Amino acid sequence: MKTKQPIDAFARDLPPEIRESVYVGSKAKYDKRLDSLTQSFAAPDDIRKLAGQIKQHTLENLPEYLGSAIEKLEGNGAKVHYAKTGDDANQIILDIMRSVNATKLIKSKSMVSEEIHLNKFLEKNGCESIESDLGEFIVQLDDDMPSHIVTPIVHKNRKQIANTFEKAGLGDYNDDPQTITRRARSFLRNKYIEAEVGLTGGNFVSAETGRIALVTNEGNARFCISANKTHIALIGIEKVVPRDKDLAVLLNLLARSATGQQLTVYTQFINGPKSEAQPDGPENMHVIFLDNERSNILGSEFKEILRCIRCGACLNVCPIYRQSSGHAYRAVYPGPVGAVLSPLLAGKRYPEYADLPKASSLCGACNEVCPVDIPLPELLLRHRNKAKREGIKKASAGTPSMAGWSVLCSTPAMWKTSLRAGKAMDYISLNLIPVPAVQAWAKERSLPPFRGGKFRKWFKDRQKNK
Amino acid sequence: MLATDRVTGTQVQLMMTCLCDTFFDSVAQATVEVLEHVGCTVEVPEAQTCCGQPAFNSGDWDSTRKVARHTCRTFDSSKPTILPSGSCSHMISHGYDLAFEKEDDLSTAQTFAKSSWELCDFLVNGLGIESWPGRFDAKISLHRSCHTRGTQTYQSAVKLLSSIEGVELIEFDESEQCCGFGGTFSVAYPNTSVSMGKLKIEKLTADKPDIVGAVDMACMMHLSGIANKQGRQFNKLHVSEILMKALRNAK
Repeated sequence: MKTKQPIDAFARDLPPEIRESVYVGSKAKYDKRLDSLTQSFAAPDDIRKLAGQIKQHTLENLPEYLGSAIEKLEGNGAKVHYAKTGDDANQIILDIMRSVNATKLIKSKSMVSEEIHLNKFLEKNGCESIESDLGEFIVQLDDDMPSHIVTPIVHKNRKQIANTFEKAGLGDYNDDPQTITRRARSFLRNKYIEAEVGLTGGNFVSAETGRIALVTNEGNARFCISANKTHIALIGIEKVVPRDKDLAVLLNLLARSATGQQLTVYTQFINGPKSEAQPDGPENMHVIFLDNERSNILGSEFKEILRCIRCGACLNVCPIYRQSSGHAYRAVYPGPVGAVLSPLLAGKRYPEYADLPKASSLCGACNEVCPVDIPLPELLLRHRNKAKREGIKKASAGTPSMAGWSVLCSTPAMWKTSLRAGKAMDYISLNLIPVPAVQAWAKERSLPPFRGGKFRKWFKDRQKNK
Repeated sequence: MLATDRVTGTQVQLMMTCLCDTFFDSVAQATVEVLEHVGCTVEVPEAQTCCGQPAFNSGDWDSTRKVARHTCRTFDSSKPTILPSGSCSHMISHGYDLAFEKEDDLSTAQTFAKSSWELCDFLVNGLGIESWPGRFDAKISLHRSCHTRGTQTYQSAVKLLSSIEGVELIEFDESEQCCGFGGTFSVAYPNTSVSMGKLKIEKLTADKPDIVGAVDMACMMHLSGIANKQGRQFNKLHVSEILMKALRNAK
């Protein structure tokens, strides 16, 4: 069917096998999430709401908590940097690498590094930047983009991955998952040893102690900061939480919401660089707090989106994501969270992404599963209203204008006339009515028989006969 | 919304909703009969049109407010207003808050919101009805209708229907998933919307229910519209119609 919305067109043209992969993966994660939450907690919904309050409280007082986190991190021996933009963050990373004469970097999974396109930037500047998370590694080999924030290659099947490995010179074609994993592992072992700098993200930073909490399932983040002397942690400013004990709430929700695990296989707490009290780890630790539009979001009607802990539950449950896949969203963050966040992260290029918030039937499933209770449907609605106020055509393409309709609905005499006139619809083939919205409806859907005003008449007659 | 904040009583107004005014008169009729059965006197204000949701979901909040103000004027906020739709009542109780957030007449909209109820929510939480009399022999898969999330509508509908002798509510897979209607989403995203609808029909009818039930005719219009085009119609009833039929079978 014809459509003016890019995500709808992407869904229409999506190869069925990709839709199937995304559907199966999403459904499995959704089901496991529900099981693991209800098995562990009597009132999972209350914990979700508490986590939302913790994150919201932190956001309302972010300058204080961020200030405290920085102070503690510095006290622990880390060097702290603030990056206003993605470009700034990239430059800081390059400068750190140059300061230790490094050209090789190994990184664990970090959505923020995707957001600032770090790999491309480092490559352009003569540095090697290797992804060590298996999914991200495959994405990198393919020069592809992650299509999910937790499971980046949910859109690929093992045959495609086997082809990728063969092309990259990682052995002959073999689509056995264990073989693929083993080959990636032996390739990456050397990379861990060769790298001079290890880069990680940070899931949470405690303002109380400066402790960074980092979760992975592959243990790759630990490897990234084991063999080298310099650790860079790249973290969005919204990742701060007030106290260590808040992690008890948030870590309990993160893995359950993301993959249905009670806890990820590895949970690390990083307290600073190598010191007397901490004999292992890199000698230099740099923490880069990235703003990249986050301060602006904090001051806007969209601030609740900064509660997000990147679990991907809203993607997994979203029926539009399931139909269209993550790449449909043309941005690093797909699904409901992406539809809210990506236009905001685009800054001045907001209009280019103003159609994303339309990718929702506003069913509210995303809010229901969100571990920090982000009112996603409300934020999507606010975007639609913003786009309307700013006259951004891309957002409203394919949506009928409501101006005339609102006059009709606020003028009872006109409304009643239309209740009679509507009868004509029964006698005309809908496919012949040259109104795009009618065409879009009627191609694969009939309308019920028009019965305008019938109830009003029934009710009046009934009152008369009483 | 807390039950204590809300306006209840047996002198009620019916907001039939634009879809029942134009297509589904039988649902509005059943709603009247159900309300009268439980001792309500029902008024139907003539000037009523629509709650304003199509414009709201499209982002056009000026148009939304124009329609919402008309609706607030049309109904008397001192009496309960009953809607046979989870979606429209959600629009009034939650959507108006957002649409009027920066307006001087926010409190007018909120006052009306406190008097508005979806039918099942009203029966159970407004009037304290715990079970429904009569008989209706059918296996029913009840579509949740997404805008009832966070409201008492779905639980109330389940409570009433499952208390009817002969009714068997059947469980089906992916009950949390949307049917794909979504107002103007259905025409702005026709491909995605129809694909979602086909999947929903498959799940709703997997166990061969006698009836597919809903608390919202919008979802039903979309789903039966698709089924009809595919030549595989299913029996559909709004929850008010099931309640009414159960009553009739008792007589």
